[in-house]
Amino acid sequence: MIDPSVRDDFPILSRTIRGKRLAFLDSAASSQKPRQVLDAMDELYRTKYANVYRGAYLLSEEATTAYEAARATAAEFIGADTATEVIFTRGTTTSLNMVAYGWGLEHLGEGDKILLTMMEHHANVVPWQLISRHTGAELVYAPITDDYRLDVDALYQLLDDSVKVVGVTAMSNVLGTIPPVADIAAAAHQVGALVVVDGAQLTPHEPVDVQALGADFYAFSGHKMLGPTGIGVLWGRMERLEEMEPMEGGGEMIADVQLHSSTWAPIPHRFEAGTPPIAEAVGLAAAMNYLSAIGMDQVAKHDAALTEYALGALSNIGGLHIYGPDDMQHRGGVVSFTVDGIHPHDLATILDGDGVAIRAGHHCARPLARTIGASSTARASFYVYNTTEDVDQLVDGLHHAKELFGVA
Amino acid sequence: MSLEELYREVILDHYRSPRHKGKLEHASAHAEGHNPLCGDEIALDLLVEGGKVTKVAITGQGCSISQASASMMAEAIEGKSLDEVRDLIGKFKAMMDIEGDPKDAGIDPARPGAALGDLEALQGVRKFPVRIKCANLPWTTLEQALEDV
Ligand SMILES: Cc1ncc(COP(=O)(O)O)c(C=O)c1O
Repeated sequence: MIDPSVRDDFPILSRTIRGKRLAFLDSAASSQKPRQVLDAMDELYRTKYANVYRGAYLLSEEATTAYEAARATAAEFIGADTATEVIFTRGTTTSLNMVAYGWGLEHLGEGDKILLTMMEHHANVVPWQLISRHTGAELVYAPITDDYRLDVDALYQLLDDSVKVVGVTAMSNVLGTIPPVADIAAAAHQVGALVVVDGAQLTPHEPVDVQALGADFYAFSGHKMLGPTGIGVLWGRMERLEEMEPMEGGGEMIADVQLHSSTWAPIPHRFEAGTPPIAEAVGLAAAMNYLSAIGMDQVAKHDAALTEYALGALSNIGGLHIYGPDDMQHRGGVVSFTVDGIHPHDLATILDGDGVAIRAGHHCARPLARTIGASSTARASFYVYNTTEDVDQLVDGLHHAKELFGVA
Repeated sequence: MSLEELYREVILDHYRSPRHKGKLEHASAHAEGHNPLCGDEIALDLLVEGGKVTKVAITGQGCSISQASASMMAEAIEGKSLDEVRDLIGKFKAMMDIEGDPKDAGIDPARPGAALGDLEALQGVRKFPVRIKCANLPWTTLEQALEDV
């Protein structure tokens, strides 16, 4: 496990919640930030801030250098071939919309299929629904198995020449399941389909190599991986990026503008219209450097150890049901559960009273919630700053909730 | 704030054994409400005869606050005239209105639910602002249903 002294890097962890020690167990929604990230952004604003690319003066040059250095850091973090394949966006949602609109509108039509999985976040469902309305392409879904894994055989059954896009999450934000994306990508490429991977949950928690994953597009957010809000990445294989139209037009993304048409700037700038999130990019790079200094394999091991500990402790609580794989095989640090006789929202309120922050609801995955037959679940998720003490606090809080509600 | 203030025994009792559960064959009004954030759901049937709510039936699922509020509401409105029901909706909303000035609504800030009988038990929800919409859901659904009569 990671040395608990990392907790000292996260100023927020020293505050109390209603007089109790804070056990923050909602990093899958958004993570906390270490001072290294806060300092990097602060320093940029204090010492070298100006708009990027525009000014022929030193400050702008320094800001541009910092922004482009962040792109290089991001490229290295995910194993991209070159930094030009890294587009900074507002986050996973924007990244996935850019692919759906920029690639999907151009290349999809009647008779084509978009194959998604039943465990996608709304961010990898709704953009495709919108594109399906525009193009007539049909949405199909690969189901999940009874043990909460992706039904890969069923997915392969659905994969034929009419499938033009395969959209798959690299890790479910509800079940914690990590599907075999590399195998799926290889199969999808055999029928000539584009592979779009939602890396929002995987990137913060496991070493990522987009080449090995075999994705065509890979999307993730900064705020779930110790970085700031308002920044994310869309990585795309260069040939595929060249097939994509910009979703937004404006400054910075053009080569020349005539009255009735324009020509585009080179990639990646073509896809970054307007003033980009400069300080956020610098903050994201600081977060990546922070994680790399710990080592992403250490992060993954730490999450796995806590998850295993939590699965053990929770399975001892009567009336508690876990929605997700019950062993550590291909599974990340997200544990969703319900407790008989106590609605997840009541659990969240009671746990909050005990200083424990968890998420309750459908977690932006309504199709999955309906499939697993739990319209709402409680979810605890783990990250580098969590300890077994946080899990113990959760377990104590759950006993407290059962006592309060008088359930055995 | 204390959790015991929120989860009064009477609330938990209504949550565990909701009153007026079910559907009406010949309802005069029907409305459905849901809270997309939490997934709370309420479906409400009313039978209105001679200007009175003579029967109420509710189905739903969700947290203890939304479901207890629905059950207590059903008990409170059955047998009441439409005017009395509308008056009760106003009083309930005033109790839950943490932004408004209690004096404007003519209620006692120390006991904002004083005029509400058993429903006063839901007063503790005021201290948990994110849960107020749960308590209000059955009441906004009732308002919708009354538009039909
Ligand atoms: C799997 C998954 N995909 C997409 C998203 C959307 O990310 P964002 O809200 O940062 O755009 C999330 C986070 O909520 C997620 O967990």
